[in-house]
Amino acid sequence: MRRFVIGQAKNLIDQSRRRQHIHHKNLSFLSLLPPFSAPSDSSSRHLSSSSSEMSASDSSSSLPVTLDSINPKVIKCEYAVRGEIVNIAQRLQEDLKTNKDAYPFDEIIYCNIGNPQSLGQQPITFFREVLALCSHTALLDESATHGLFSSDSIERAWKILDQIPGKATGAYSHSQGIKGLRDAIAAGIEARDGFPADPNDIFMTDGASPGVHMMMQLLITSEKDGILCPIPQYPLYSASIALHGGTLVPYYLDEASGWGLEISELKKQLEDARSKGITVRALAVINPGNPTGQVLAEENQRDIVDFCKQEGLVLLADEVYQENVYVPDKKFHSFKKVARSMGYGEKDLALVSFQSVSKGYYGECGKRGGYMEVTGFTSDVREQIYKMASVNLCSNISGQILASLIMSPPKPGDDSYESYIAEKDGILSSLARRAKTLEEALNKLEGVTCNRAEGAMYLFPCLHLPQKAIAAAEAEKTAPDNFYCKRLLKATGIVVVPGSGFRQVPGTWHFRCTILPQEDKIPAIVDRLTAFHKSFMDEFRD
Amino acid sequence: MALKALDYDTLNENVKKCQYAVRGELYLRASELQKEGKKIIFTNVGNPHALGQKPLTFPRQVVALCQAPFLLDDPNVGMLFPADAIARAKHYLSLTSGGLGAYSDSRGLPGVRKEVAEFIQRRDGYPSDPELIFLTDGASKGVMQILNCVIRGDGDGILVPVPQYPLYSATISLLGGTLVPYYLDESQNWGLDVNNLRQSVAQARSQGITVRAMVIINPGNPTGQCLSEANIREILKFCYNEKLVLLGDEVYQQNIYQDERPFISSKKVLMEMGSPFSKGVQLVSFHTVSKGYWGECGQRGGYFEMTNLPPRVVEEIYKVASIALSPNVSAQILMGLMVSPPKPGDISYDQFARESKGILESLRRRARIMTDGFNSCKNVVCNFTEGAMYSFPQIRLPPGAIQAAKQAGKVPDVFYCLKLLEATGISTVPGSGFGQKEGVFHLRTTILPAEEEMPEIMDSFKKFNDEFMTQYDNNVGYSRM
Repeated sequence: MRRFVIGQAKNLIDQSRRRQHIHHKNLSFLSLLPPFSAPSDSSSRHLSSSSSEMSASDSSSSLPVTLDSINPKVIKCEYAVRGEIVNIAQRLQEDLKTNKDAYPFDEIIYCNIGNPQSLGQQPITFFREVLALCSHTALLDESATHGLFSSDSIERAWKILDQIPGKATGAYSHSQGIKGLRDAIAAGIEARDGFPADPNDIFMTDGASPGVHMMMQLLITSEKDGILCPIPQYPLYSASIALHGGTLVPYYLDEASGWGLEISELKKQLEDARSKGITVRALAVINPGNPTGQVLAEENQRDIVDFCKQEGLVLLADEVYQENVYVPDKKFHSFKKVARSMGYGEKDLALVSFQSVSKGYYGECGKRGGYMEVTGFTSDVREQIYKMASVNLCSNISGQILASLIMSPPKPGDDSYESYIAEKDGILSSLARRAKTLEEALNKLEGVTCNRAEGAMYLFPCLHLPQKAIAAAEAEKTAPDNFYCKRLLKATGIVVVPGSGFRQVPGTWHFRCTILPQEDKIPAIVDRLTAFHKSFMDEFRD
Repeated sequence: MALKALDYDTLNENVKKCQYAVRGELYLRASELQKEGKKIIFTNVGNPHALGQKPLTFPRQVVALCQAPFLLDDPNVGMLFPADAIARAKHYLSLTSGGLGAYSDSRGLPGVRKEVAEFIQRRDGYPSDPELIFLTDGASKGVMQILNCVIRGDGDGILVPVPQYPLYSATISLLGGTLVPYYLDESQNWGLDVNNLRQSVAQARSQGITVRAMVIINPGNPTGQCLSEANIREILKFCYNEKLVLLGDEVYQQNIYQDERPFISSKKVLMEMGSPFSKGVQLVSFHTVSKGYWGECGQRGGYFEMTNLPPRVVEEIYKVASIALSPNVSAQILMGLMVSPPKPGDISYDQFARESKGILESLRRRARIMTDGFNSCKNVVCNFTEGAMYSFPQIRLPPGAIQAAKQAGKVPDVFYCLKLLEATGISTVPGSGFGQKEGVFHLRTTILPAEEEMPEIMDSFKKFNDEFMTQYDNNVGYSRM
């Protein structure tokens, strides 16, 4: 089998990464308007001076679909990860092409989004071999294939194709996903947890996000339905709740104790919501956390499970970063394992666990693969989940195959095992190093404190901004962390997401930065960030 | 005391109300029977590859190379892949920012959207803006996104053809909107009478509904009719006058089986109408890689093109798309390939043309075989499948059958289809799943089973049908249209 080669192909992708945003030639119309602004939302929204440039058709009332007449839930929802700052960055990147001298940096570095392969991380060879063989099954009939693919990837492709009726990878599958692949996932879950998993509990989706949407759709009938969400949170939750017309019930993670989750806080927020007439339906927990990166202690998880059981809440366990743990004193435990080890079964706890191919060490964001494992629901409820899944027919087959591969990777003795482990360990150890390096660098900055990234892919430093800076932000009608991030971008080309995009304790300011730029770029990033921060503080120090 | 977390009663009512018969009761029963060892012919969903249609070779070669770009470095890659597939893989990889494994722009790769725009321009003769084209994980997701934008509450109505593909009714239910039906006329080849439209709108308005949009499916599903240019003009004028956004589901545009009414896009007609319509009618057009002669359902690739939507609205749609981050990149590449297939002179052109032609010509033949087969049954009337992938015969059921259905607690066409399934293994979708006139019954089947199996399937159907009629016919009068 050919070993993974860092060659032409990688260069191709490297080049294309630099060129890709150049093709955004027509982002100009977006630049005229304040992107994603929610006029009715009072929190830190970005009004730009160009908002007066509205085209005639915006104000025309003779057309049925205008800004005034679309679904207000669409207007209300927000998603900062790809919001205003990113649009500005893309314009700058475009301009850099022709105006290199106008900027103190030569490239934009996107640290706004957990998109590892866009920053040079390589896919796991074995997985891609299998996917390629399943994409073009005629390859399996060619003798030359054995010279280009590992023997176990060929074997695995055959095994997978045998589980697909007619070997037809282009056909819609069962709406929950191909049975044989769900069997592999269930086996993987059992191997991970030590407790059995039922393939019929698995619903495969185009990434984990559609699964979250489905659950919100199911749980939320009106704004009287509340979902407990961690603050700070990954804004899929707030956006999804807004789109479905529900109410986000915040529970604050404690920054001072490493983003700890206190049951007392959960209880307080739950009671508060109930006293306002809200029926709280579910508790969303992201473990490892995003943007906060903490890995929950098992004891904490047991308390959470008991809390949900006692209060009659569905536990929505977002576990997409389960393979991203960087500290020796913490370990990932699935909520399913915790619940089962407490002796809780189907009748005790309604639990939905989400997993994705986008993160971990595989980082296959563009494939859109994922699943939710649904346990503790009665069969009539499960039928409704099935029905919702069936309206979209099925998730993409290639993503399904990949989801089964990540849950059943090469084992010791397999042909590809050595290279697989080397790739996996290489990526994970590098992520751990980058997490540490960036965390240390951030903690050295004046007025910045940063909890360690125990897991996931992000750092979420706290900015103790001087009053002058806050005033300057207010003068620009923008949130202080947004102000800081825009300045950072314009001075260094580094793109991060302001903390307001994730919510935070009012009056505190943060930003989320990924740990994903390649290791050789990290020193330059640290230098630029440090220099910028110093000059920012020089300008605004009280 | 532990509270109950989530039970059926407390579920979102909209979810409970929504129905999607394509994978409903008949399909579930068929799956059960299959598990028991019965041979089932699944004709319930437009899923060509599941019934033996082979994927086109060239696109699969390109996608395979994109999945494993390290192959491109191997000196022996030319033994397995033709040079044009290799070149095309390099081209699409260069459009990505990190290959298939990176999230793309939430609207889809700009380079692919440009190719889609060029395709639309070639097809219609009018310019198309890539910024107004969004790629999606299948056309269905695009439909849901647009309807989510348009529907504010149950006061908003969406005009939907009856019979319709139940994605529309299901989505409208889920979003809490109101479906406003307009009936297609079976006796006029499922034609659309604008008077029916007017009536439907007037009735809805009299009930306080604001009618916001109109859906057309062209070619039709389940009905298969191809709209004439004149018909599309009428519809566009109607939308202009009534201030409706037109949703043009054109996923079957490659599936045309007659020559009198070739496919013409709603966008083209709109542009040809000129002022005031061309700037005054809002239109969203949908397309997919799942149908046509590609049939790549499992890839989940699609796009929508927006015409005359205000920039601020486009931005909001972009915002919602960004929450899902990006559509899957392999299918985006497949879409690029679909809109810019091999050209004469390309190494792979002959094979590509041969494979495509073979599929389309066979579909045309199968459309005819099936229509004729149904019409050969005394109590069955079937309009010709002009386009799309389905046959939608009307089954005239005798009162005895309707009575038996009632006793079994089933809608008559469900009763019929279950019996058909149990007797022959043919898994169809009852017409009630698509909507039909009161007291008139249909079933939907696809024309996708392999050509060589068609005669046997139609014989099997006829045998069952004749026996069914013998069993339930007491000569007292039929259901009829």
